[in-house]
Amino acid sequence: MTQPNVLILRAPGTNCDQETGFAFEKAGAKVAYHHINQLIESPSLISDSQILCLPGGFSYGDDIAAGRILASQFQSKLSDVIHDFHSASKLTLGICNGFQILIKTGFLLAETDEGLPATLTWNDSGRFIDRWVHLKADSSVCAFLKDSDSMYLPIAHAEGKFVPRSEAVLSDLQAGHQLALTYASGNGSAQVDNFNGSTADVAGVCDPTGRIFGLMPHPERFIDRTQHPHWTRLELPEEGDGLAIFRNAVEYFA
Amino acid sequence: MNNAVETCTPDSRAKTKQLWQIDIWPEDGQPDRLAAELLSDAADLRLPESLRIAAARGFLIEGDVSHDQAEQIAKSLLVEPVVERFQLAAVGDEAINQSQADRPNLIYVLPLPGVTDPQAESAMGAMRNLGFDVSTVRTYRKFLVSELEQSDLQTLTAKLLSNDSIETAVSGSLKLDGLDLGTEYVFEKGIVSLSGLNSDQLLDISKKWQLSLSAVEMETIQAHFKTLDREPTDVELETVAQTWSEHCSHKTLAGRINYLDENGSRTFENMLKETIFSATMKIREDLGDDDWCVSVFRDNAGIVRFDDENNIAFKVETHNRPSALEPYGGANTGIGGVIRDTLGTGMGAKPICNTDVFCFADPNSAIEDLPPGVMHPRRIMKGVVSGVRDYGNRMGIPTVNGAVYFDRRYVGNPLVFCGNVGLLPKEKSFKEPQPNDLIVSIGGKTGRDGIHGATFSSAELTEDSDITSGGAVQIGNAITEKMLMDVMLIARDRELYTAVTDCGAGGYSSAVGEMGEEIGAEVWLDKVPLKYQGLSYTEIWISEAQERMVFSVPEENWPAFRDLCASESVDATVIGQFKPTGQLVLKYGDEVVSDVAMSFLHDGRPPVVREATYQPVAASELLNAPARSSAAEWTGDLKKILGSLNVASKHWVIRQYDHEVQGGSVIKPLVGIQNDGPGDAAVVRPVLDSYRGVAVSCGMNPHYGDYDTWHMATSAIDEALRNCVAVGADPSKIAVLDNFCWGYTDRPETLGSLVRAALACHDLSIEMQTPFISGKDSLHNEFSYTNADGQREVISIPATLLISAMGQVDDVRKCVTMDLKAAGNLIYQIGQTFDHLAGSHWSSVTGATGGAVPTVDGGLAKRIFRAVHAAIGNGLIRSCHDLSEGGLATAIAEMAFSGGLGAEVSIDQIEVAGVSDADLVRTRLFSESNTRFVVEVTPDQQAAFEAQFSDLPLAFLGKVTEAPTLIIASGDETVIDAPIDQLKNAWQSPLDWN
Repeated sequence: MTQPNVLILRAPGTNCDQETGFAFEKAGAKVAYHHINQLIESPSLISDSQILCLPGGFSYGDDIAAGRILASQFQSKLSDVIHDFHSASKLTLGICNGFQILIKTGFLLAETDEGLPATLTWNDSGRFIDRWVHLKADSSVCAFLKDSDSMYLPIAHAEGKFVPRSEAVLSDLQAGHQLALTYASGNGSAQVDNFNGSTADVAGVCDPTGRIFGLMPHPERFIDRTQHPHWTRLELPEEGDGLAIFRNAVEYFA
Repeated sequence: MNNAVETCTPDSRAKTKQLWQIDIWPEDGQPDRLAAELLSDAADLRLPESLRIAAARGFLIEGDVSHDQAEQIAKSLLVEPVVERFQLAAVGDEAINQSQADRPNLIYVLPLPGVTDPQAESAMGAMRNLGFDVSTVRTYRKFLVSELEQSDLQTLTAKLLSNDSIETAVSGSLKLDGLDLGTEYVFEKGIVSLSGLNSDQLLDISKKWQLSLSAVEMETIQAHFKTLDREPTDVELETVAQTWSEHCSHKTLAGRINYLDENGSRTFENMLKETIFSATMKIREDLGDDDWCVSVFRDNAGIVRFDDENNIAFKVETHNRPSALEPYGGANTGIGGVIRDTLGTGMGAKPICNTDVFCFADPNSAIEDLPPGVMHPRRIMKGVVSGVRDYGNRMGIPTVNGAVYFDRRYVGNPLVFCGNVGLLPKEKSFKEPQPNDLIVSIGGKTGRDGIHGATFSSAELTEDSDITSGGAVQIGNAITEKMLMDVMLIARDRELYTAVTDCGAGGYSSAVGEMGEEIGAEVWLDKVPLKYQGLSYTEIWISEAQERMVFSVPEENWPAFRDLCASESVDATVIGQFKPTGQLVLKYGDEVVSDVAMSFLHDGRPPVVREATYQPVAASELLNAPARSSAAEWTGDLKKILGSLNVASKHWVIRQYDHEVQGGSVIKPLVGIQNDGPGDAAVVRPVLDSYRGVAVSCGMNPHYGDYDTWHMATSAIDEALRNCVAVGADPSKIAVLDNFCWGYTDRPETLGSLVRAALACHDLSIEMQTPFISGKDSLHNEFSYTNADGQREVISIPATLLISAMGQVDDVRKCVTMDLKAAGNLIYQIGQTFDHLAGSHWSSVTGATGGAVPTVDGGLAKRIFRAVHAAIGNGLIRSCHDLSEGGLATAIAEMAFSGGLGAEVSIDQIEVAGVSDADLVRTRLFSESNTRFVVEVTPDQQAAFEAQFSDLPLAFLGKVTEAPTLIIASGDETVIDAPIDQLKNAWQSPLDWN
């Protein structure tokens, strides 16, 4: 198997880069970390990589709106680089703030005449929430969710409420199996773990090819059994649910 | 940068500069969250229910920007697609200043000039990045408010919409000519004439300049400059005041104290050194080669050994006074400051987790019951929590531990304790600036922020403090600090500097003064990058602008250091040099404005001499205790305790903190089958490929201090330790920190109660072999005001000692949590129970007073902690919870509802000495005796478990049940009988805010 290279992109305020890199390494990838300034200066840095990852954090403080400033930097300075990367059948993953950036650049869901088809905005509570959620995966298109059907992962965000522009946008995404990850109920409860008020319980979205994936939950925070909130209660496998996402990305290049 | 000089004339600027206003409103059908939040808080202020508010956020943009460009900026950057809409106009255009028929009042709120506005800074950077010629950006909030009485409108504006210590509210149209700040500075050297002044006149100068120096200290300065045959400059006087401030030198507690209590008298030359420090020295000596302390009471944080490669550092700071005036900014900069403490420890530690403890008055207080001039406690609490949240979360540091304590005496002086643990390579634990190293400042720019913060924090708050002390309040910018942290850790590993410290209270004056103490320093104040023009050299020197750190960089490393910072867009500036002269020289251009000896600054302060007395409260029986005869009554008491604010669930706070970032979370703050039970201590793995863990917990019992501060102190230590031990930390390797927050310690009896607590810390620390490694105090926490009858009243906070504990876990896979695990398992109580109900929660909910306060038997505690740790290590314990507020009944209830299981137990086996049969139930259920745990054991491990505790106090209680009910029996009688969901509801509902 070829060992893919992952480029983990840092920016001012990125803060999940180390543990995300650790998860990719555990899944078998080789990881390089680069600051956005470096990539803008030398876009060729990306050419060695098969996977681009935008990790979680508060890029530029999430000032104005989550991911907005970094998204505008991408749009103005790196648009071609990202499109070429994607066209070369490579993978792009955005976690939490990375998802917010991907959706606000239009890389994930392309802009139409009406504007961007969807956004991620403030949780209904108006506050940051850290909680674990049950998730349902649709593996039919998304390369990162191959063979997955459910997951238990933490969310930690203030602006994770998915809002599509219209019903039509939503049904197109549904039909294309692009609403790849949705909040679900667990433990026999009827209550869906949708704590931010997302439309259609959307937690993660992929592009039509399934090679760009953005999700609000943090898979890198459930790699090891001891990260599960009930590990002292349950007999659990050594590996956490989140590792599957990183492993699928790595095995995509096998 | 050579192009910083503005070359345009004012006239030519006026022609090209435009000032635009962009209002951003929620799109129709989207929630107006800001307005909803304000409306929910309006009830606390007795504002009419008919109140309606619509809220917008907005940006003011000044620059060479056309209308079309401003529209482009709005669309491409400022306004969220799908969920927001905007209105753009030139400032002052009436079209954008229209109110609505049902909301006729228009109010704008803007940050005061010079107050940090992170959103605006980021937005401006992004606009320039997109190629727009923008010179200044400011944010604002805009409100449309329904018809209101004038007085109500004033209340709403002053108490909810804005905070005049950092913001200004404008009623009606916004009219501004421009956003430029600052004026040209004309250098003028200030000399302060001290010679010939008498002590009253000297004191007048100290007050006028807000120096907080005493007459004796002023006389010492006068005498010192007389020997130099000259008068001090203004900045020399300020430097001395900063260095000698209570905040920076702890002159009261590290000073001479004559102490008298019921056991006799004792004189201290340096109270802290002879109590808490000396206990640590004794422990280190006793440990010999096994000493695991690395650096204690000398650096910004205490350091102990962790694993073969790394040490860990721990510090907890207070940020009380700023938080009383501006809770968000105060807490924000509190957490930002303590993070810089660990970053500035040794050669720099990487922050791995935060702990935050707050003390407030009852958030449900009626406004009529509050003294004038204080902010409503609910608003303080919300502001403090969001301040910590927004900074800690943005820094990417998990906030894993904390506590919130309520008492009406915190009404004028809320307490905010912010703590941080950092990890650093062993060989990076010490630093030493070298002669001729450059003094380099990186991070934030300098403005007038927080001038006199260090001296202000040593003064008493009054009802006018919110008017006079505004300059001491600041807002933080977490991303500036995050960027600083990122480059500094790279620079550390590349060995580009020889020493580092943070800029905290006193700003550069403290940072450079401390670093250069042994060498001498020359600082070029005109080189310091400023937020705006017009600062005097003194303001630059003592500004407490946030997010700055000072490094000593060998000249040959400067290019690499500078380039590294530039590569991540971090400002770095050489502001001076550590010249080996022993003098602190400050220059502005070619002018020398200060030339004082380091030795005078650091050793010249005359000792403070204080009297301290302590008179213990006379022993009494428990008084006014209501008789209880039925399960309904006992169960009612239990529910009241669970629902009392100090015990009640803090999930509203905890879930706003990211407690899992960095990926090392092992024991989370909320545990159990529904992730909502109260964990005893948090555990994190700072090194992801290792299973070695750090446990963090705390202990605090101000109510015991009302009876005896000795037992309050030992109880707080015991509580912090048993919380750590309960999750699996090794009791022989727990380090603790002290934070003394007290009232007015110039009063002998107030200082006496503190000295007594320090003496208790000394004794128990040695007995338990638990070293204190760092600490911080905050004195004079009193609030004075004039009551309705014209009388002066003073509210002093209760004596408050926070003990924070940092434990270590060899293998986190052995950790346990407090939630019950499986029906059929056995339940035991470990530890000795006494009739300890003074200051207890049962007394508090029933109105009982007096009685005996919990005490600690250090020898027994040490044995119990060891045995619990061994049992956890041997896998004999399925769940473990410490007994604290509310005693046994509360602990079992929490374990049951956290595990979603019931329990059927009997309290008959619990031995209690010296209690009449009539009072046995009360004591067994609710006594708060220390060093006790409830544990769950599987039946097949019963024998092994009991053997572990064969010579220790142990009582079998009963079994875990599938039936979700807690039943506690005493003899044949049922004393507690309640479904666990009722108990959980009682516990969750009080602070279950939206």
